[in-house]
Amino acid sequence: METLITILVGILVTVAVYLLLSRSLIRIIIGTAVLSHAVHLLLMVMGGLKKGSAPLLGENATSYTDPLPQALILTAIVISFAVTAFLLVLGYRTYQETGLDDSKELRGFTDE
Amino acid sequence: MNNIVVLPMVIPLLVGIILIFLRSYVKVQRVLSLIAVIATGIVSIYILNVIQSEGILRLDFGGWLPPYGILFVADSFSVLLVLTTAIVSTIILLYAFSTIGAVRENMYFYSFVLFLIAGVNGSFLTGDLFNLFVCFEVMLLASYVLITLGGRKVQLVESIKYVVINILSSWFFLLGIAYLYGSVGTLNMAHLSERIAEVGQGPLLTTISLIFLVVFSLKSGLLLYFWLPGSYSVPPTAIAALFGALLTKVGIYAMFRTFTLIFYHEPSITHTLIGIMAAITMIGGSIGAIAYKDVRQIVTYNVVITIGFILVGLAVSTEVAIMGSIYYLVHDMIIKALLFLLAGTMIYLTGTSRIEDMSGLIRNYPVLGWLFFLTTLSLAGIPPLSGFIGKLYVGQGAVEAGSYTLLAIAFLSSMFVLYSLLQIFMNAFWGETIISEDEETPLKNRLLVPCIILGVATIALGIGAESIAGYVSDAAKTLMNPQIYIDAVMNGNR
Repeated sequence: METLITILVGILVTVAVYLLLSRSLIRIIIGTAVLSHAVHLLLMVMGGLKKGSAPLLGENATSYTDPLPQALILTAIVISFAVTAFLLVLGYRTYQETGLDDSKELRGFTDE
Repeated sequence: MNNIVVLPMVIPLLVGIILIFLRSYVKVQRVLSLIAVIATGIVSIYILNVIQSEGILRLDFGGWLPPYGILFVADSFSVLLVLTTAIVSTIILLYAFSTIGAVRENMYFYSFVLFLIAGVNGSFLTGDLFNLFVCFEVMLLASYVLITLGGRKVQLVESIKYVVINILSSWFFLLGIAYLYGSVGTLNMAHLSERIAEVGQGPLLTTISLIFLVVFSLKSGLLLYFWLPGSYSVPPTAIAALFGALLTKVGIYAMFRTFTLIFYHEPSITHTLIGIMAAITMIGGSIGAIAYKDVRQIVTYNVVITIGFILVGLAVSTEVAIMGSIYYLVHDMIIKALLFLLAGTMIYLTGTSRIEDMSGLIRNYPVLGWLFFLTTLSLAGIPPLSGFIGKLYVGQGAVEAGSYTLLAIAFLSSMFVLYSLLQIFMNAFWGETIISEDEETPLKNRLLVPCIILGVATIALGIGAESIAGYVSDAAKTLMNPQIYIDAVMNGNR
């Protein structure tokens, strides 16, 4: 299972890098979103996908799942959600102001 | 356990949230935000003195003892930077009151400044790597908003670059955290240090440390500074000053923390690499600083040079050099704020940012001119001013460690700093004035007074270096002996 998810992470990173390298602004934004999902999965895998019971005090299970990766991912997901939302709005506002969706044409933009 | 440690982060955060509800009362917002940053300063002075008598302070959130819970750790190094942050942000707020404009003030400007400060202080104080990531993001999100606030076209275009670069570096940060957790099984910095010392820093851990090097280089602008000049020159003066003084310093702080506390076992790889990157940064920054004729660009490239210089201390990694870096870090936060404010004031007065279009400003505004000259001298490291002592110690450390190439590049880059700023001085302040008496824009005291306070601060820090010497040497001692930090966190279960 770990191997499978690691391969999935690799595929997601590939897709994200492809999107990030494209010229269209909206593709870049989607690329960053995919990229952060890839790293969230990686965090999960690196903690180990264990099949224990929920880490509660007072229960008598033989093995417990490590709760830390899940806490980390939850925080990271919230943060990436906020950043993606901000970036989408930023991209939209830039398109409104400049009428450009092309990162090449936006380069070195100084016109006030 | 000492609850006061959390205040430098909580005060700005709470006041920032309260200010959201006071949107239309601009005067109240000003007063409250000023009180918040001053309170942070007072608290940090208190903490700094408690640390001297009681050792490193720690706050375990929810009473979970390390390594299980998350925690804040306050040692001299972090609290010194918190204190400097408070001082600098107080003065920048004073400047912002009269320059930032009603549009921004109504759009939650003060809230976001306070959130930024909360994030910066949190990054300085945290003792947990993932918490560091979270505080970085708090700070970065606030900075994204501040850089785009106002929504001029050029701001929007530059900020896309800034935001995407920072998302990428945050991605690398999470990648490093994931690998580190997978291989060592903890994220508490002291616990990490202990475990890595036990298992030895093998090739895998060294590679992970290089991921962190990339992350913090992107944040601090070490070598990977290509995003910096653009995004630091578009926002209005007060915000640019806040960024120039605070944001890159957080990356530098994180780099010092990780490479003295956690990954200090393979200096021949990591610290050599930091040295090479610092050298290239200084060279690149120097070229940038003399290549441009635009005040804003020259000033932002001066930020780049300084980053390289401070990290020479880390690359050399002797106690004296680290002391020098800490002095220089504190000095630089003050002087960069001053430099950005002066540059902004010049642009405000002349209406242009190109130095060929300015001339003889010193005849119209003598105080401004001499303040700029003072800044130039202080940045170049002329003795009575604050830059000198840092440069002296970094140089001394480099000689002790025998890294003469770094030393030569570091001091040559100081020459370029001097040259680039003197170029502004000669072009813009010297010569015949082109502004006649009646065209002259009056220089309001509200603009000048914050600059004067910072100018006095740089003189005071230079002459009164004795007064912070105790704190700085304590900070350097803690950085060079990770065991002190580990003991305070892991064993001092008070």
